[in-house]
Amino acid sequence: MDAISEMPLLEVERLQVEFDTRAGIVHGLRGVDLSIRRGETLALVGESGSGKSVTAQAVMGLIDVPGRIAGGDIRWKGQSLLKGDGPRRAKDIRGKEVALIFQDPMTSLNPLITIGAQIGEVLQRHLGMTKAQARIRVLELLEAVGIPAPPRRAAQYPHELSGGMRQRVMIAMAIACEPQLLIADEPTTALDVTIQAQVLELIAGLQETLKLSVILITHDLGVVAGLCQRVAVMYAGRIVETGLADDLFERPSHPYTQGLIRSTPRLDDRLERLVSIEGAPPSLLAPPRGCAFEPRCPIAEARCGTEPPLAIVHAGASAACWKPSQPAWRDVPASAEPAPVS
Amino acid sequence: MAVISPAVPTAAAKPRAGSFSALAAELWHDKAGLFGFAIIVLLIVLAFIAPLITPYDPALQSVAARLKPPVWMAKGSWEHLLGTDHLGRDVLSRVMAGARTSLIVGVSVVLLAGSFGVLVGLFAGFKGGRTDAVLMRLVDIQVAFPGLLMILLIVSVIGPSMTTMIVVLAITNWMIYARVVRGIVLSVRQTPYVEAAEVIGCKPARVIFKHILPNLTSPLLTLGILEFTNIVLAEAAMSFLGLGVQPPATSWGLDVANGKDYIFVAWWLITFPGLSISVTVLAINLFANWLRVTTDPQEREKRFARAKAAERRRAGRTAPTPVEA
Amino acid sequence: MGLFILRRLFQGFLVVLGVTLVVFVATRMVGDPAQVMLPLSATAEQRAAFEHKFGLDRPMAEQFVDFIGDLATFDFGESMWQRRPAMDVIAGRLPNTLKLIAAGLGLAIVLALPLGALAAIRPGGFADRITVFLGLFGLSLPQFWLGLLLIMVFAVTFKVLPTSGYGGWTHFILPAVTLALPAAARLMMLVRSSVIDELNQQYVRTARAKGLRFPQVLFGHALRNALVPFITLAGWEFISALAGYTVVVETVFAWPGLGLTAMQAIKFSDLFLLQAIVFTVAIGIVLVNIVLDVIYKLIDPRIKLA
Repeated sequence: MDAISEMPLLEVERLQVEFDTRAGIVHGLRGVDLSIRRGETLALVGESGSGKSVTAQAVMGLIDVPGRIAGGDIRWKGQSLLKGDGPRRAKDIRGKEVALIFQDPMTSLNPLITIGAQIGEVLQRHLGMTKAQARIRVLELLEAVGIPAPPRRAAQYPHELSGGMRQRVMIAMAIACEPQLLIADEPTTALDVTIQAQVLELIAGLQETLKLSVILITHDLGVVAGLCQRVAVMYAGRIVETGLADDLFERPSHPYTQGLIRSTPRLDDRLERLVSIEGAPPSLLAPPRGCAFEPRCPIAEARCGTEPPLAIVHAGASAACWKPSQPAWRDVPASAEPAPVS
Repeated sequence: MAVISPAVPTAAAKPRAGSFSALAAELWHDKAGLFGFAIIVLLIVLAFIAPLITPYDPALQSVAARLKPPVWMAKGSWEHLLGTDHLGRDVLSRVMAGARTSLIVGVSVVLLAGSFGVLVGLFAGFKGGRTDAVLMRLVDIQVAFPGLLMILLIVSVIGPSMTTMIVVLAITNWMIYARVVRGIVLSVRQTPYVEAAEVIGCKPARVIFKHILPNLTSPLLTLGILEFTNIVLAEAAMSFLGLGVQPPATSWGLDVANGKDYIFVAWWLITFPGLSISVTVLAINLFANWLRVTTDPQEREKRFARAKAAERRRAGRTAPTPVEA
Repeated sequence: MGLFILRRLFQGFLVVLGVTLVVFVATRMVGDPAQVMLPLSATAEQRAAFEHKFGLDRPMAEQFVDFIGDLATFDFGESMWQRRPAMDVIAGRLPNTLKLIAAGLGLAIVLALPLGALAAIRPGGFADRITVFLGLFGLSLPQFWLGLLLIMVFAVTFKVLPTSGYGGWTHFILPAVTLALPAAARLMMLVRSSVIDELNQQYVRTARAKGLRFPQVLFGHALRNALVPFITLAGWEFISALAGYTVVVETVFAWPGLGLTAMQAIKFSDLFLLQAIVFTVAIGIVLVNIVLDVIYKLIDPRIKLA
């Protein structure tokens, strides 16, 4: 039993995704390495365009024209989803063992079908339930995600529900077959602030009761801290740093992570103004050969012109940087200093 | 979609869509669009110089040369390449002359109906409120009219002629322009830059010319071209029914009507004029299709990606690609 | 619902009123019924008698009130050509036209839905390019010419189908196909573009992420949602066929429907019969529009009637 639980649930290896555009090939993912174990919660953070959502879509098999998977592999419980008969098996895994919650619950539901039927579809597809069986289970699921008066709601159409309710419906749909991995792609971005906390709480609660692994994609570092054990930071189609959440916030290794944390406004901040990282992410049409952050990095030097590997910095933390753990900004300091060994 | 089309930096070398040579190069690569364009040019040239180059006067009758088949048939001769009709008139000359009729009627109707519809649409979109409601209700009502039957009734009362046909077709076809223009005006007015222009007190006329007309050009061009094909078909149908162009003038529709009593003996009488209508409309449709895609950056991008994907499929799967069956 | 239908009936009333006005202006003010309906050789006395009989010598306003009054009581006068009430003539011919439209439009829908959906599966692919070309080709065929070509091939050359007229089911084939092909092309192009649109919608990605099989995604989601614009266009096809486009097909195939009757009315200068046909069709269009709105409501729960 132990051997199985030790094995990663999902492994993403050197994954490359490219998009054909008239201007040239956009290298959306440039060799992403990622793995998640059973029951683990991982946050995937980074700015828009860094490849967080593309990674999730690749796992769910949602990359299509103009995009395509150009290299690398995705393995589920050790077996490839891309090679051999992987794509065929993947169809039975997606929606059942891995489920995805999208960012925008307004457009993610079919406007012309009742929510009951939309949730029921998953049950019929993966668990072979009849319509009648599915109907009963749908009511339980709606109850489980905290939607009041399930029988009435199940017969309603998406436009009759509020945004928060719709996201709950999406979650009900995702957990319908009791998946092992839930990927939540910015699940609260489109919602009102007051609703955001409720939805996150719901996901956290379900994670515990269902022993789910969760990949939470977000650009909001505040969300990460409370919810996830581990964090992976993406920049320009690559993972530049991974580590345990608490540790990574305490002592970020990669300059980009430092900049990201530095520019997150905090209530107790002594600084009056908001700070940001100067410059813009590189063009993914012609990504730099070396470290993608080099043009914006205050401590870059000559060797940053060659690509740094994702290497272990200290126990449980890796970073793709030639000068890890060095403070890149003067006001990052305290956190960037090596923490005392506990 | 937003997620799978990552921000493309504008700095990259992009062919300028506006430049003429770039457009020409693109047309050259789209064989269907090129075919359409070539036929259109041919038609326009034909319409202008038809009287100079037709081998015979299209109305010239000849009892001696009645119902002659085209040149490649057993009894055909080089004198009449596409044969002659029941009155001995040269089919080729009539087909060439017919291009002129189609073009005159099509252009006149599109211009008449188009300018009226555009004016109504601009007015409704700009005035808004009650004016808009009344005008659009009028449009709704007229759209619900029994179109062709009304045309038949009016023409039969007034008496058929080319002018009548042009006027009647214009009166029954302006509504679509008004709807399209009004829709665009409303959506453009809601964009921040026009709102800003109005807030800082730009005069309405200035707002129309500076901000709204540029947004109208491309959709109106496409609409006008597609409407042109509808008018060509309508003209042919009316002339076929005997309510459009009257002899001795020529029209493809009229020629098909003349030939229909001879389909047992002379297939070429309906074939060539009918084929001319089809090829004309097909050519315009192909060209309009190309134009629509080319003037829409998003469509261009999609078309490019599809072509690229097809290319990769043909090249065989070098990399594993999960493709939905 | 009741209120909605009332409102639409009122709007329909406006349409019929508009038609009335145009017909009145065209026939009484622009045109001259006596000149149209009487032979050229008619004497001045005959003209006067004719005008007096139909009240054409009275003031325009009075004529208009009368005209409306007759219409309100469904009195369309007598068909000069058939020498019986115009309404009787129409009642005999209308069913034939409706049957033809039903056959033609039914065929068009049966062709358009699967072809359009097939093309949309892989835009720019082989099947797509073939269907788009066929579609554009279908859009480019003048209906009268298509009908004559079909007659030439199937009735004259191969002698497998009757050339024209009304009879058994074989008589339906050529007219129905002629009516269907251009409509099928338009509908197919619409199905194609709306299914492509729907397949790119976020909810389709949800459906795919759920692991649904592709047929379920295509038919259960994308095509289902594409039905909303499809119904709009199919309804429009029905209306425009009713509004006169069967005239051409009926003329080519000598199909004894309303369109052919309209052409005969023109030929025999039977203005009253022609008027009656125009009004019947106008009312038909209004009714079809209301039925369509109810169908929308059934398909799209977001649409609120009234």
